[in-house]
Amino acid sequence: MKLSEFFVTGEPLIYAGMVAIVLVTCAIVFLLTYFKRWGWLWREWLTTVDHKKIGIMYILSALAMLFRGGVDALMMRVQLAFPDLNFLNSQHYNEIFTTHGTVMIIFMAMPFLIGLMNIVVPLQIGARDFAFPYVNALSFWSFFFGALLFNISFVIGGSPDAGWTSYTPLAGAALSPGPGQNFYLLGLQLSGIGTLATGINLMVTILKMRAPGMKLFQMPIFTWSTLVTCFIIIFAFPILTVALALMTIDRIFGAQFFTLTGEGMPMLWANLFWMWGHPEVYIVILPAFGIFSEIIATFANKRLFGYKAMVWSMILIAGLSFLVWVHHFFTMGAGAFVNSVFSVSTMLIAVPTGVKIFNWLGTLYKSKIQFTTPMLWSLAFIPSFVIGGVTGVMLGMAAADYQFHNSYFLIAHFHYVLIAGTVFACFAGLEYWYPKMFGHKLNQKLGKLSFWLFVIGFHITFFPQYFLGLDGMPRRLFDTAPEWFTLNFISTIGAFGMGAGFALFVLNIYYSYKTSPREKTGDSWDGRTLEWATPTPIPHYNFATQPTVKELDAFHDMKKRGETTYDESKLKPIHMPNYSGQPFIMMGLLFFSSFALVFEWIILSAVFLVAVLVMMGIHSFDYDDGYHVEVEDIKRTERQLRGLNDEHTGS
Amino acid sequence: MSTQEAKHTPLEYQTTHGQMNILGFWIFLAAEVVLFSTLFATYAVLFGRTADSPLPSELFGAEIVLIMTFLLLTSSFTCGIAIHNMRQGQVKPLIIWMVITLLLGLGFLGFEIYEFMHYTHEGATLQSSAFWSSFYVLAGTHGLHVTLGIGWATLLIIQIVKRGLTPVTSQKVFIISLYWHFLDVIWIFIFTAVYLIGMVV
Amino acid sequence: MSSNKTLITLTLLFSLSIITGCSELRVLEPKGPVGEDQKELIIYSLWFMLGIVVVVFGLFGYMVFKYRDRPGRGNKDYEPEQDGNLKVEIIWTIIPLIIVTLLSIPTVDTLFDLEKPPQSANEEEPLVVYATSADWKWFFSYPEQGIETVNYLHIPTERPIEFRLSSADSMAALWIPALGGQKYNMAGMQTILYLQADEEGVYDGRNSNFNGEGFSLQTFQVHAEEDTAFKEWVNKIKNEKPELTQDQYNELLKPSIIGEMAFSNTHLEWVDHGTMMGSDYSIKRHQNAYEKKLHLKSLDKADAEEEGDADEAQ
Ligand code: HEM
Ligand SMILES: [Cu+2]
Ligand SMILES: [Cu+2]
Repeated sequence: MKLSEFFVTGEPLIYAGMVAIVLVTCAIVFLLTYFKRWGWLWREWLTTVDHKKIGIMYILSALAMLFRGGVDALMMRVQLAFPDLNFLNSQHYNEIFTTHGTVMIIFMAMPFLIGLMNIVVPLQIGARDFAFPYVNALSFWSFFFGALLFNISFVIGGSPDAGWTSYTPLAGAALSPGPGQNFYLLGLQLSGIGTLATGINLMVTILKMRAPGMKLFQMPIFTWSTLVTCFIIIFAFPILTVALALMTIDRIFGAQFFTLTGEGMPMLWANLFWMWGHPEVYIVILPAFGIFSEIIATFANKRLFGYKAMVWSMILIAGLSFLVWVHHFFTMGAGAFVNSVFSVSTMLIAVPTGVKIFNWLGTLYKSKIQFTTPMLWSLAFIPSFVIGGVTGVMLGMAAADYQFHNSYFLIAHFHYVLIAGTVFACFAGLEYWYPKMFGHKLNQKLGKLSFWLFVIGFHITFFPQYFLGLDGMPRRLFDTAPEWFTLNFISTIGAFGMGAGFALFVLNIYYSYKTSPREKTGDSWDGRTLEWATPTPIPHYNFATQPTVKELDAFHDMKKRGETTYDESKLKPIHMPNYSGQPFIMMGLLFFSSFALVFEWIILSAVFLVAVLVMMGIHSFDYDDGYHVEVEDIKRTERQLRGLNDEHTGS
Repeated sequence: MSTQEAKHTPLEYQTTHGQMNILGFWIFLAAEVVLFSTLFATYAVLFGRTADSPLPSELFGAEIVLIMTFLLLTSSFTCGIAIHNMRQGQVKPLIIWMVITLLLGLGFLGFEIYEFMHYTHEGATLQSSAFWSSFYVLAGTHGLHVTLGIGWATLLIIQIVKRGLTPVTSQKVFIISLYWHFLDVIWIFIFTAVYLIGMVV
Repeated sequence: MSSNKTLITLTLLFSLSIITGCSELRVLEPKGPVGEDQKELIIYSLWFMLGIVVVVFGLFGYMVFKYRDRPGRGNKDYEPEQDGNLKVEIIWTIIPLIIVTLLSIPTVDTLFDLEKPPQSANEEEPLVVYATSADWKWFFSYPEQGIETVNYLHIPTERPIEFRLSSADSMAALWIPALGGQKYNMAGMQTILYLQADEEGVYDGRNSNFNGEGFSLQTFQVHAEEDTAFKEWVNKIKNEKPELTQDQYNELLKPSIIGEMAFSNTHLEWVDHGTMMGSDYSIKRHQNAYEKKLHLKSLDKADAEEEGDADEAQ
């Protein structure tokens, strides 16, 4: 292969991207060297197995991915603002909507939520870490390197261009030659390993490591949403693993699963993809529901209305989410009977979803609402999501879907649910738990400004798209016709509003770092659940003494009884795991293996794979079982954090 | 946990860590079930799509497959004996039975490789048609699992030799035994759904 | 207060979009019975959705306004320990269930209707048209008439059309929004889509399923005209247009953007891509044709065609 084929050439935008990447990398290397921070980076972050730090790394990466996906989005909106603008040509446009969709779902939404789960779930159940901290680090690095692999396609080899759904035969070797599609397959495969491992890890954590006394139906609702999400991950992700593997084998080893030759069956891909894909959209919405529930209860200063109904509706949604995948291709001609069945099952999902909406409204009833920024996001979610939900039901009516399918009506629907649901929740959750993570709140004024820009921009962007769809504008069109100019133009304006909102959000992080008052207590918002029972910053072992839980809203309850999570008389040495560089190195090797496979350098790929196996073998012989934090150390840390004097003995 | 209880609890369940590992592995096996179900479904959907390549009924022979089934089933049994020995705290028989298990597994693999080479020779390759692609990937994924299992178990045997039976080593051996039985079950499905049906239809 | 603003903005936006849009939205202004059925279903569902939106938005606005924390509110109407009510849970489970049922019935009904040709006034047999997608163009074959067109078609009004859909390569979808919903075209299999035009006119049709670089330009026009005019047109094609040869057809299959064409025979003589035999017909001949990218700049087919020719000449 010639170098000119290896690197992507010929596009000014891509050259600019390359320059930017090189500059940023140089800057980072320089800063780390100048401030002598390499050791710190390695010791404190790259080797960490602490769920809080891993969570922070997830969220940082997700924000970077949100930026990348957002730039893609803005470029698409610019291209569609005027007919015949020729800002992007067809090929470039196709690459961009493909990477936009993939990055947003796989590398932004999921990691963002998993990051929040990482930080919050162990704290909410009174645990000291994950069940398998080492595996947790592996998961993070697999996501990180998967994302890296996918994003690298921008400058090396060429981006995938068959859509985030990658339908065959288009995405097969015959119609999409070259490495682009391989980046998609292997990037997703690599990060998928981590997602599955996280699912198992969190499930065991929640089932086995809850504080004494906490029954399943006393768990905070976000933890419940995480547990249900883990269930979906465990049953959905292996399907994706198989689907990706089959297409990889098709493309690289010449098999005939989804091909036009050898009696392959391209339709099979669509089925496998959506058997994972529909549950996947619930993987990114259920945790969002959990976050909103926590925030709404906190700032309504009231118990969550219908806790049990909330939990059961999530379980129902999770179950139903495996029974509706055909609604993504009602138009494949499966016949009226099949379509009727899936139509009804699809609409049925709206019932538990509606129950949740009404329970949130019930929580607001006779409450005392404080309009903090996290609460604003959560409140804006309710009406916005309802619009996405009712249009989802319209799409679920198969006979009508023949007209909506593949049109901008569909685009509007899923952005209404994904942005108003998942993205609002990520912002809300980040602002809500921010003081727990970084010891200070985000500035409320700037936060509110960015909220309004983003929310108004969001509606301006996507509401007109329902009408574009009804006028017959298909999705994935790289250029608009004059007849659709006005609505498209409005939509583009809205997109820049959202962009400004996000920019302000990021700016706010810096501004608040400089100016916000530091948190003195661990309980920044008068919280109801155990994460607020820890001091801020959270000691690495989380809880000096594990609380005993007697009811829902455990911390609310403890505060009423005047208890804390620090009882000096009960202190015992705490067992903690050691940090390890293995996860980083192992996944780095897997990254090189996948990278080689993208270019079909099979032997090289196998060599790296063997190196990974060897490392796993080495790990198997590693009987390192951590260390103990001594009582004296705990005392010192806690006294300092809680501002206690030496006489105090806790209660 | 009281000492009284500890006596009755098997070694591998005595630490919370051991319990969590075992639970985690059960959940992992659930994911594996989904993985193999997807492969079975793919195989079922692509059944009959042989294009110009040979039909399965022309190639599948009862003999080899029966031998393979016998080897793997026996290995599952010997693996059970090994765990029984572990529960009794007998290290040596444990190791011997584990080694026998692995040898049987190796035998199974040898026959599978021979079988694949035979089919390839007859013109049924991964590339020749959708049906054969799905056959090789389904059976091959199982074979790959067996291979990894053999490698992994070998490492564990070395660890047992070095450290004897501790809560950690016994929990590891217990987990691989779960894995091995699981592969056995999957094979039963492959045997019936792929070979028996393939020979008849 | 702040959420009131959301409400106002939303309402404004909503009405704005309706004013600018609804007057001539293709899907809501159908020109035939199939589109009409679907439109009725959509409008029917819209009433329910509007009802839901009004109820939820109303409750939401009320709660947010009434229960906001404001100075001097005190503890009147504040019940922090209230945590549920079985009766209302049952109510708001049952009502959505009823709504879903009311939506399901006409959906299923319409679904079964769409599998049959629409009831036409003069009870004629449907006109059969094979619509074959190939990257990135449409072949319309009329087996009864023995003619074939590329990237445009004529149909008689008030007679059901039975489209037999398939594809020579990538998956596409035939969509004529003014006449009714879409269905996929897939290689190696055939799907059937019934449509009918009741009004004369020229309607836009397209591939709506993304299938690569030329996707946006894979469009066609439907000329719906009276039966006599249609017959005249058929005769004209039959008499004036050349025969399509297999070689020429193979050349046309190559991924490319081309304009309109017509022939006095059909490609069904040598291949039907809707059967398993036909699924690798094109890819076997054009293995390497996808290496080169088109880098299209606009929706103008003539431009794209010219560039293609220029490349050919090089
Ligand atoms: C009330 C519940 C919902 C219903 C009834 C519903 C229904 C549907 C239907 C029928 C489609 C396919 C339409 C078509 O392709 O023609 C669809 C697409 C989609 N939905 Fe939903 N949906 C619901 C909620 C959600 C949620 C909560 C999410 C994610 C957070 C979501 C994300 C998506 C996405 C991403 C797609 C399209 C993906 C693509 O084709 O690229 N939906 N929805
Ligand atoms: Cu098909
Ligand atoms: Cu779906």
